[in-house]
Amino acid sequence: MQQHELIPHLFRTEYSKIVAVLCHSFDLKHLEIAEDIASDTFLKAAETWGIKGVPENPAAWLYAVAKNKTKDYFRHNAVREKQVKETIRSNNVETEPDFEFTHQNIADSQLSMIFSVCDGDISPDAQICLALQILCGFSVEEIANAFLTNLATVKKRLQRARAVLRNGNFHIKTLVETEIKTRSDNVLKTLYLLFNEGYFSKTNNQLIRKDLCSEAIRLTSILVGNALTNTPQTNALLALMYFQSSRFDARTDEIGEVILLEDQDKSLWDNELIERGNHYLVNAFHGNEVSKYHLEAAIAYWHTTPTPERKWENILTLYNQLILIEYSPVTALNRTFAFAKVYGTEKGIQEAEKLHLNNSSPYHSLLGYLYANLDIDKSIDHYEQAIALTNSRIERQTLTKEVERLKRR
Amino acid sequence: MKEFLFVYRADYETYPSARKSPEEMQAITQKWMNWVAGIAAQGKLADRGNSLVPSGKVLKSNGSISDGPYTEIKESIMGYTLVKASSIEEATALANGCPILSVGGNVEIREIRAI
Repeated sequence: MQQHELIPHLFRTEYSKIVAVLCHSFDLKHLEIAEDIASDTFLKAAETWGIKGVPENPAAWLYAVAKNKTKDYFRHNAVREKQVKETIRSNNVETEPDFEFTHQNIADSQLSMIFSVCDGDISPDAQICLALQILCGFSVEEIANAFLTNLATVKKRLQRARAVLRNGNFHIKTLVETEIKTRSDNVLKTLYLLFNEGYFSKTNNQLIRKDLCSEAIRLTSILVGNALTNTPQTNALLALMYFQSSRFDARTDEIGEVILLEDQDKSLWDNELIERGNHYLVNAFHGNEVSKYHLEAAIAYWHTTPTPERKWENILTLYNQLILIEYSPVTALNRTFAFAKVYGTEKGIQEAEKLHLNNSSPYHSLLGYLYANLDIDKSIDHYEQAIALTNSRIERQTLTKEVERLKRR
Repeated sequence: MKEFLFVYRADYETYPSARKSPEEMQAITQKWMNWVAGIAAQGKLADRGNSLVPSGKVLKSNGSISDGPYTEIKESIMGYTLVKASSIEEATALANGCPILSVGGNVEIREIRAI
């Protein structure tokens, strides 16, 4: 790796670790101080490495500098620290926190940090922004790009979220089993949304999208790596992420248009990721629990198997269970698609028309798809409504092409 | 949105459950599952409800207890579901296609009066 690439790369991987370990060692109220120390550490690296060259173990060098800077901070701010101490109810805050950047401590700290950031009192959007910034080392610009929104919006979300963190009574140092239990639903939901933000993102930038997905996988893997959070649900979520990721390169074409599963070039599916998905899916079924992640992972599993018998029957059964656990328009539409695959287009249309999602673009494109071989006029009519309702330029292109194809028939 | 109770009734004597092969049982389960999920897909399922065990007891005002209720009335309650709808007409329309109808049973649709 070239030196000019090394620091950004390390920033991405090490910044969040340093912040997590520092927060873990001297509590969350000092988040901003931890971030300052981490930033200063990278500034020093940029200066020093430019002159003296890159050290043999850059990460260890960063850890050592961060640790010294922390010690300095606590020495030079002894007076201020005393004030901080007095504002914190427990008076046992050490003047110099004692910590090491061991593998175990980094993992524990990051786990605690995930649980701090995924706070149900913070809106889901803001949780994702905060996760990207604090847990993944994304800049505000990168977050804005990923969300296709402006800097001001992201900054506002982050400010509000940070205020909740500061005022909350969550103690990162003492992450205990009960807290893990009460918070883990929300943690998994945020990681799920983070992954989906990447996978179904509005942005066309493949790099950003892959980044979001791999960060979601990295964070979920931290949960699987700790005995307290290595639950069937977590394994199911990780399996789902791996199955979806395996199709990342196959699901869009070179101009970013989404390709339907059945039309995808299966040689582009990543078998290694499918294998990992299988591994975690097996782990997920230790025990009797069936969560929505189990069902979604199982559906994704059936999609990765090329042409098994009764594939769509199985997928429909899973969607039936999923819609009973949690209603969403997307699930309703996907279920109807599977229903049409099992019982034929005409029954599928009957089932679809009961949904009455008249203001939804995907609803009309499903009906357009189902009518294509039965009633071209109706099909075109639905596709045109789908075009009028969509906000995505790419989606509009794909649908317009389909309408043109139908008109030529 | 109001809530409505669907009460499924059929004649246990003619209800084709126990005498069926596993495959046929599976097909019946699949039908019910599709039907309930179809209501859920419309966002109109309040509670998927339950099915009832055939045997039961009836306690009367004179203190007598009998096995029942199917010994005295032909149709028994087989199960129930709670749905959401804006009117009794809409709720009744939702009951269309209920698998109980295909075995000669019926669906009674009643609005829930919140207490």
